[in-house]
Amino acid sequence: MSFKGIQIIDVTKYYSSGQNQLTWALKDINITMKPGEFIGIAGNNASGKTTLARLLNGLLRPSRGRVLIDGLDTCDHRQKLEIRRRVALVFQNPENQFISPVVEEEIAFGPENLNLSLQEISRRVEEALEVMGLKELRLQAPHLLSGGQKQRVAVAAALAMRPDYLVLDEPTSMLDQFCRHELIKHLHVLNRQQGITIILISHYMEDLEKADRLVVLQKGSLIADASPQEIFQREEQLTGLKPPDIFRMAQLLGKMGYNVDCQITTREEMVAYLCRLSKSVI
Amino acid sequence: MPIIEIRNLSYVYHPNTPYEKKALDDISFTVGKGEFLGIVGSNGSGKSTLIQHFNGLIYPELGSILVSGQDTRDKDFREQLWKKVGLVFQFPEKQLFEATVFDELAYGLKNMGLAAAEIEMRVDEALKSVGLEPEQSRKRSPFSLSGGMMRRVAVASVLAMKPDILVLDEPTAGLDPEGSSHILQAIKKFQQDKGVTVILVSHCIDDLILLADRLAVLDQGKLLAWGLTRDVLAQENLAQYDRLLPDYLKMLFDLKKRGWVINTGLLTVEEACQEIAKILRRDGT
Repeated sequence: MSFKGIQIIDVTKYYSSGQNQLTWALKDINITMKPGEFIGIAGNNASGKTTLARLLNGLLRPSRGRVLIDGLDTCDHRQKLEIRRRVALVFQNPENQFISPVVEEEIAFGPENLNLSLQEISRRVEEALEVMGLKELRLQAPHLLSGGQKQRVAVAAALAMRPDYLVLDEPTSMLDQFCRHELIKHLHVLNRQQGITIILISHYMEDLEKADRLVVLQKGSLIADASPQEIFQREEQLTGLKPPDIFRMAQLLGKMGYNVDCQITTREEMVAYLCRLSKSVI
Repeated sequence: MPIIEIRNLSYVYHPNTPYEKKALDDISFTVGKGEFLGIVGSNGSGKSTLIQHFNGLIYPELGSILVSGQDTRDKDFREQLWKKVGLVFQFPEKQLFEATVFDELAYGLKNMGLAAAEIEMRVDEALKSVGLEPEQSRKRSPFSLSGGMMRRVAVASVLAMKPDILVLDEPTAGLDPEGSSHILQAIKKFQQDKGVTVILVSHCIDDLILLADRLAVLDQGKLLAWGLTRDVLAQENLAQYDRLLPDYLKMLFDLKKRGWVINTGLLTVEEACQEIAKILRRDGT
């Protein structure tokens, strides 16, 4: 098969919760992700986001339906290693994946298992440290770092594997505004410069506003798949998630009678607009 | 008299080793009785280190901490201190271990030597405080609950001990907006109904702006600002720590930099828009 990208076809996933009871995590999901796309996945707790992430690298297999990575079926055991090489998954809680006592060794662990030359391993480690701003922490112990630093180490370790697809399950949940912003910026750079497909799960809309596409899950069903701007407009599809501050400001100012350009999404644009406005009223 | 008094507190991790790191640097402030204090700081700012001092998990090496006027290093005070100050750790659901929700909440109470009837009462009360129906949840295994519910059970197990001071380390981390607001509202209500002092740590100032009476802002182990929430937000120097601020506040500080005479001590996007509109109208006249 020559299709490149990720195809999620009629996927249903349920867990058994004992005594013939089933808990439905995902119901009849269809999503196609093209190589090079930046896809945001949003949803409340228990919407099926994490299940979806784990289906993407074969950590979980669908109860029904198929998940294809570049045409490779995640249910096919022979393809397991190849799929995991292509799809890297960063867990929600970074501590769950640490195995080394030193940051740089943690990052080298994956590449070491790919049978690469020493030079190549250290090149990848350097690059990952650089990209994630971890150079100063390279000799620290991962488990002694703060929550946000741990998350950056976890992302760096995934990057060192040079995946085609990088799936991040709420990588910003423990990060402060600044680190979050930095991480998201790094992800966009990786996406643009190296063509890595990014699948970013978050319930912070600020994280996802620059994504090419936003997929919203609610109680296991896909309820929206469109551009972030479109979805922010239709607040009912956000299912209680909060649109970004600047977007809300633009809407509120609009209601107050100011003619705000709907293209305004960043703080800089909003500041420039308000400054123009204040000069014009003077 | 303040209920907690922090005097010139410093703390160094792993002194004289390659891992040496100064986590707290000469911190001094006080917490009033019944107050809701928000401690904000970016990753690695020393927030968690600071609060572990409050119930004696860490003893001050430089400086001191007084709780109800008594030094936390005082050995005779320790047992009382642990009961006085309830600490909810980061990801507290990781510490759940009992077979049922009831046993989970009762565990600490049994250790306090309370009578069975008292335990029953406190468990039900604590479950209700976090919005769980005692009848339905008592017998369930905490591990069959969703992440948000587990978090609530873990918080309830500390509430049941009726601490005078409730300290929570990032209680909303990893929760969705709905789950977060549930927990935060429960804590606020607990503070108001019981007159309990609450200290809530978060890297996300958004969580705290509407809840906290006062804010303490930490950066790299130093106390940058401390005071009433609106006063702290109105401080000029907050702009340089914009890594902590929500977008609407960053934008207000940007406008200020561009020469706008604007008050930044605003708590919501709505307030910010009203302030902007006010200025635009004033300029127009």
